[in-house]
Formats: sequence, structure tokens, C-alpha cells
Amino acid sequence: MGKVISIDPITRLEGHGKIDIFLNDDGNVDRAFLQIPELRGFEKFVEGRRTEEMPQITSRICGVCPTAHHMAATKALDSLYKVVPTPAARTIRELFYNLFMFEDHLLHFYFLGGPDFIVGPDAPKKKRNILGVIDEVGIEMGKKVIEIRKRCRALMAELGGKPVHPVLGLPGGVAKQVTEEARKELADFAVDAVEFARITLKAFNDIVLENKSYLDLILSESYYLETSYMGMVDDSLKINFYDGDIRVVDQKGKEIERFKHDDYADIIAEHVEPWTYIKFPYLRKIGWKGIVDGTDSGIYRVAPLARLNASEGMATPIAQEEYERLFETIGSKPVHNTLANHWARLVETLYAAEHLVELSGREELTSPDIRNMDLSTPDEGVGIVEAPRGTLIHHYEADERGIITAANLIVATVANSAAMNIGIERAAKKYIRNGEVNDGLLNMVEMAFRAYDPCLSCATHSLPGKMPLQIRLMKDADTVIGKIIRD
Amino acid sequence: MSNFEPNIIAFVCNWCSYAGADQAGEQKLDYPANVKLIRVMCTGRVDPQFVMNAFRGGADGVMVLGCHPGDCHYRNGNIKALRRFEIFKNMLGQFGINRERFLLDWVAAGEGQKFQKVTTEMTEKIKGLGPLVIRGYVESEVV
Amino acid sequence: MSDKPKVAFYWCASCGGCEETVVDLEEKILDVVKAIDIVFWPCAMDPKYSDLEAMDDGEIAISFINGAIRTSEQEHISKLLRKKSGVVIAFGSCAVMGGIPALANLKNKKDIFKRSYRDSPTNVNPEGVLPQTETDLDGCRLSLPEFYDTVYKLDDVIEVDYYMPGCPPTPANLETAVQAALKGELPEKGAVLLPDKSLCVSCDRNETKPDDITISRIRRLTEVQADPEECFLAQGIICMGPATRDGCEYPCVKGNMPCTGCFGPVSDADQGARMIASIGGIIDADDEGEVRDAVSAMPDPAGTFYRYSLSSSLLGKKREER
Repeated sequence: MGKVISIDPITRLEGHGKIDIFLNDDGNVDRAFLQIPELRGFEKFVEGRRTEEMPQITSRICGVCPTAHHMAATKALDSLYKVVPTPAARTIRELFYNLFMFEDHLLHFYFLGGPDFIVGPDAPKKKRNILGVIDEVGIEMGKKVIEIRKRCRALMAELGGKPVHPVLGLPGGVAKQVTEEARKELADFAVDAVEFARITLKAFNDIVLENKSYLDLILSESYYLETSYMGMVDDSLKINFYDGDIRVVDQKGKEIERFKHDDYADIIAEHVEPWTYIKFPYLRKIGWKGIVDGTDSGIYRVAPLARLNASEGMATPIAQEEYERLFETIGSKPVHNTLANHWARLVETLYAAEHLVELSGREELTSPDIRNMDLSTPDEGVGIVEAPRGTLIHHYEADERGIITAANLIVATVANSAAMNIGIERAAKKYIRNGEVNDGLLNMVEMAFRAYDPCLSCATHSLPGKMPLQIRLMKDADTVIGKIIRD
Repeated sequence: MSNFEPNIIAFVCNWCSYAGADQAGEQKLDYPANVKLIRVMCTGRVDPQFVMNAFRGGADGVMVLGCHPGDCHYRNGNIKALRRFEIFKNMLGQFGINRERFLLDWVAAGEGQKFQKVTTEMTEKIKGLGPLVIRGYVESEVV
Repeated sequence: MSDKPKVAFYWCASCGGCEETVVDLEEKILDVVKAIDIVFWPCAMDPKYSDLEAMDDGEIAISFINGAIRTSEQEHISKLLRKKSGVVIAFGSCAVMGGIPALANLKNKKDIFKRSYRDSPTNVNPEGVLPQTETDLDGCRLSLPEFYDTVYKLDDVIEVDYYMPGCPPTPANLETAVQAALKGELPEKGAVLLPDKSLCVSCDRNETKPDDITISRIRRLTEVQADPEECFLAQGIICMGPATRDGCEYPCVKGNMPCTGCFGPVSDADQGARMIASIGGIIDADDEGEVRDAVSAMPDPAGTFYRYSLSSSLLGKKREER
């Protein structure tokens, strides 16, 4: 249901997506649909709750990216109470957020999306998981993956209580001061994180980019979709995850929107379909043209590649080099090849690590001045962050007692819902011919799917990465001629 | 609804309100048979869970009757009850249960008449509100 | 065939945080994987409902099911897993008592759909389209599971053998449960696999808690920045510690935030009732006016005291009454 999805794609999915593919009389694909079978209704049931509880309640939209919701909610509270966080609070939040982005991106690369490339799209399914990745990159690297993630999670617990559903965000600041001891650990970690991100990029380069068949796959038209792109940028149009203007570029890379958080509802609209619980966001200016791509389409995409497309570079030097290399290698900007998201994600991982080095050195980090208590009477507020999976919007209204009266949430994966549907249908049409279906089809559909939706696979978040996927082949509305459950 | 005979549970404290009910009996003051008394040592001993259990178990209304403020045999048990049930009443409304279905009041040992009055009024009020059915349990909704 | 015990993981209406707990076992996950044979885990392995259906009844030794029951599909799969499993563990607060999704029990399906698909400021839906369980589109029939009006806990729809609340349970909690199961040391059926005492017993701020707390009024975190050492309740800040089960090692308190009650109540207690009893005991106010003033900063008792446990509240789901 749109609800669940609009709230949070991952959680809504419950780990279950459903694809129905309808064939014509010749056995070729007529239509294909990706359905999201769940909704939880956060936008409604947060009404009546105390405002200050929102960062913790909304983090439960997604246990994989709880920090994204936590931070979007915290920023919405700043806006709701018209309070500016102290410099220390702002730095702590941004640092915490970049720890999260670093960890989440790595999780996706090694545990979820990575197996497709590192182990290989054709590898036996039993190998296509983190254990297979470890076999491929070596046990030493495998240990490093686990170790760096563990250190990152421990630091998040130190700053924010716990990594799953953190507790640090409050209107005007954060709950807890950072100690000098923690700063030292953060600084040490940041240096190692940069190194680790570089090793990971090198591995991606050696294993994927040096392999022509993989590069061809990335460039394949099956995974090519022309849409506009959205992402948050700083004053120099460099990517920022925590704060900035939202920028939208069109299919040719030209800026068509640049807006402040409060104006999001003037820019974005959402379309409802009766056959899925997820909604379909689009650009209001262009309008809803259906689930189609191309220059007339109002569909926009989010997530790492979208951010790279919608920005003019990275704010840190090594990440900037990688940013340039990505666009040079693929040879266009914007890049419309969905699978390039995997690469873009690693560029961002490197940026997060480099940014951590800078943030952990800031003088105000350990200041005791972590909260601005000068709160105004609450009314309305919008908070936006770049979640790992894209632009995430929280919008609340409250009464003068500080009780939520209305909420609107536009979650990253929801923004990609139309694109995911197009991707599914495109892959199905390409690979299913004359009624013949085989395991290869499933793989290709799966690849398309996974590329769109790190978040949909919240489920896949965990270990080996695959979405539960059910495909039904229909001769007509009532006749199921085949049912395949991904194997 | 005119034939509706509500179930009302009244938790009454041993020292004041139960004695008040006793006095109503001695004075042959009628009070509605809908009201079932449960004697407790002090209203401070009435856990909100008792009240919830009563509603869950089929009560259409619940009363807690104790000593007047200042008269508690355990110093301030009745005041603790006041604090608890003020919060409790706010919460009842959030569950869509009319706050009037719950009553906290004071009845002294010598107030047989007041006992008659509050129980009669409560019964009339609940008759007006109709039966209470707690929702959200699987036996009634999920096949 | 492996003779290792077969284990299944499944999620219903949940956020994925419980699955993160499995990943957060970090290097220990490798030991766990050695000792058991995971036969069904949609989030991590190719899920095959058909394979699950083909299994013998009771073939799976233990199923860990997280998430609340929000849709017909979740109910269906839970029932299927029940049939195939020797032991079912309700894992995480959503499965045990509804969790955050069960806050929706203070609303209803109609209003949830209305808000999500019609009223939100970004919706453009002039025809008022709502998702349907069956849709015919261009000759294609598409179906969706039914969205229930009530959020249920797992044992409302199937028999549950053991409970492990927490949002999410910690990796240590999980490890303890798995070890107990592997050694055949699980307690009597129906048990909660966590200590049966309140969080305050373990909390290190217990030492700063006065023997007899009195507070003149409840204070919200929009009014005050919490002291990093003192007991939250003594500061007048609602902390669910007294009404919440121990077992988490109080990470929120270590983050200088009060407990919000995610591990649920101790045995046989209703969490909301227990919390009201605790708060009522410490407010220093003597007449109705003072009491009302003291609790005025607590405008959402249901959402606060049953943050994670509304599906198990004695008062049930919100009903419509005058």
C-alpha cells in the first residue's frame, strides 16, 4: 500500500515484492507489474504523539536506515520549533550521520548488491552472498569488512545510544556530549575508514570495471532509463547528506528545480494506483504522465547515482577524483545506467569517510553546548536528509502543546517506485520471448530490481542479498500458466 | 437500549466506602443491583490494571470509592489513587472509551446516602451510554 | 542431508531492525551458521513459499518470527510456519506485543487510507483512488493482501512457544536464545526468554534515584535538557524503566535519553497500567487541580505507555464511542 511505502519503502516491503508478468497470445510480454503488498500507516498513527518522540517513532519505519528517519525527523523538529542547533550539536549530528552513511553503503555493497558483481551474476545462487564475497576477496578482506562495520556500529552506539533506532536527536540539539576519548576513537576510525573505502573502490575497479562483460552489463540498455534526478547539494553544488538545497536535473542534466526544504510540496506530487500500496512521486511542474521514462516524463529518481547526477561534484578531494572518473568512464552526464548506482555508492562511501576525518577534527565537537533550548511555539516543519537510498522528506504539523496533528513522509525508495516498475517490465520484455522462461530471466529481472532498490531489499539487508520475489505468468486475467519463485 | 442492564464494578475501600455501603444497607436505602462491590483495603491498592481487567472482562462501568482526602487510613492512599486515575481517565479517551464510564469518588463511613446517590447516578449514566465492547481481539475479528 | 537443526526466520509488519540484530552478531554469525541449517529466510535467502509448503509438518526445529500482523498475507505465512515448526519464537516487540506499528490501533484502516492516499499535501488524487485487494487493469488482474483494521500480535493468530521482546532484541539476547535452544535448555513453553525484572534494577542511574521520588510536575524534553547522571524520573522526565523488562543493558539511558519501554512489561503486567501506577505514586500533588496541572505535560499517555505494546493492552484497540 502506498501508505507503508510512502512511509518507508524498506519496511513496507516486509521483504516481499511481487511481480506479475502478463503474456500475450504469442507468449511475449504484454505487461509487467511490481507490486508492494504492505502499508503500515505511519503518517496517520503519529498523529496525537508528542513531537519530541518523532525521531524515535519514525526510525521504526526502517531498521536498516533508522538513522535517516531519525535525522530527518530531528531536523523537522528544529524547523517546527524554529530553533537552530548549536554548532556542537550540528557537528555531532552530521558526524553521526556520516558514520551511518559509511556503514550502510558498505553493508549494501558487500552483503547485498556486491555479490552480483564480486561473485558474479552467473555464480551458483548458494555462493551469491557475503560468504561468497569473502571467498572471492579473501578471508583477510572479509575480516576487515566485519571489523570496520563493528567499529562503526560501536561508535554510533557511543554517540547515539544504539545503532538500530538511535536516540540522540532532539529539537535544537542532541542528547549527549561527545567526550575527548570518543573524539580520538572517531579520528582514528575516520582515517581507517578512508583507507577501507579506497580498498573497496580498488576491488570494485579490479573485479568489475576491468571485466568487460560486467562493464557491458552496466552499460546494457536493459538497465537504462532516462529520468530526471534529485539530490541535496551545498552552496557549491557539491553533494551533502545532512543539509542543503534540493536540486533536480532533467534527462539532459540541466537544472530544472532548486528548492528549500519548506517548498517540497510545491515541487513534488504523488500519484496513487489501486494495484499497489506504494505511491508514485513525480515532479509537479511536469505532471503525471504515467509509468514511463523519457524527456516528457515527470518521474524523478533518487539514490547514489541520482545524487551524483544532480550535483557538480564531491566536497572532498579523493572522492572528487572518483566522481570525475565515473563520469569519464561512462562517458555522459547524467548517467542513466541504473547499475552504475553500485559504483556511485562507493564514491559516496569514500566521501563519507573523508568527511568524517574533517568532522572529527572540529573544535566544537566536544563542546558541552549541545542544545539550544530557545524553542518557539510549534506549528509546522519540514526536515530533509539524503538517506542512503535517496532524498527523504519528513513534514509535520503540530498544535501549540507540541502534539502532532498531521504528517507527510516521502521516502526515498518510494520516489523510485515508478522507475522500478519500468525496469521490471523492460527486463521482462527483453528476456521473455515466445513463452520461454528460464532461470536466466529471473536473474536478469532480479538484477534490474536490485539495482533500483537497495531499500526494497531492506530484507536483503541482512545476509546474502536477495529479495523474495514471486513471478506469475498469466495467460489472461484468470489463467496462471506458470509460477516461479526465485531460486 | 432501554432494557440494557449494565455491569458495574465498584472497588470500595474497607475503612470508608465499604462501611458507607454497609450503612446504606442498615438504613434500607436501595441501590442498583447492577453495581457489584469489591472490597479492597485502600483505593491506593487499586492498580489501574484491576480497572482495565474489569472493563476487559465485561464491565460497562467501573467505580473506585475511597475515603475523603485527609481521611485515608494509610495517610495518602486515596491521593495516590487520585493521581493515578486522573492519568487513567485521559488515557481512556484515547481508546475511544467514554471517560464517564469510570468514576473515582469519596464516600465516608457515615455517608450511606451518598453511596446510594453515586451508585444510582452511575448506573443511570452507564445505561445511557450503552454496553462497552472492548475491540481489537482476535477471536472476534480474525477468522 | 544435514542433521543440523533447521531454522527459519520470517518477518511480518516490521522494520528490518530485528534482521539487523542477526547481522550485528558480527563475527559470531559464522558460528551460528555452522551450528544450524537455515532453511527459510526471505530476507537473506531465496524464499520459496512452495518449498515451505512442501516440508513435513514440524520439520523446522525453530522459527523466529518478527513483526506484527497487519495484513492477510502475514497471517497466512505465520500459520504456515507454525504448522511446519516444532518451536515458534516471537522475536522482537512487534511480534510479541504489536510494536510501533500497533500505534495504529489508536486509529482505524479507513483513516489511515484516507491520510495516506487522499489527504496528504503531496497527493494528487482527484478520483480518490485507494489500493484494492483486486484490480483489473488492461485485462490484467492484480491482487494485494488485505489490510486489517487492527494490528495483531503474533500469538493472536498462532500459538507461540517463546517470546523475545525488544526493539530490536540485542545480539546478546539472540545469542542467548540460540544457545539455549541448541543445548536443549529452553525453559517451559510460554516463557519470555529474558530476565523477569524491571529495567530500573539494572540501570546505573538507579544509584542516583532517591528512595522516595517526588516530582511536582512532568517535564518534557522540549522544555528541559536532561542531566546526564541523574535518574530521569527524579528529573520529572517520563522514563519507562519501572514498567519495562530488563535485558537491553539500557543503551538509551547511556545515550542520555529515557527508556521508552521497547522491551515491554514484566510477566503478567499491563505496561500502561504499570506505568500509570508508577507515575501516580511519585507526583507531588494533592487535589484535582494540582494533579491535572502536574500531568498536563503528559498529553499522550496511551502512545507513551504503550509505545510498543498496544496489541497487548487490556483496553484493546480504539473503539468509536460518543
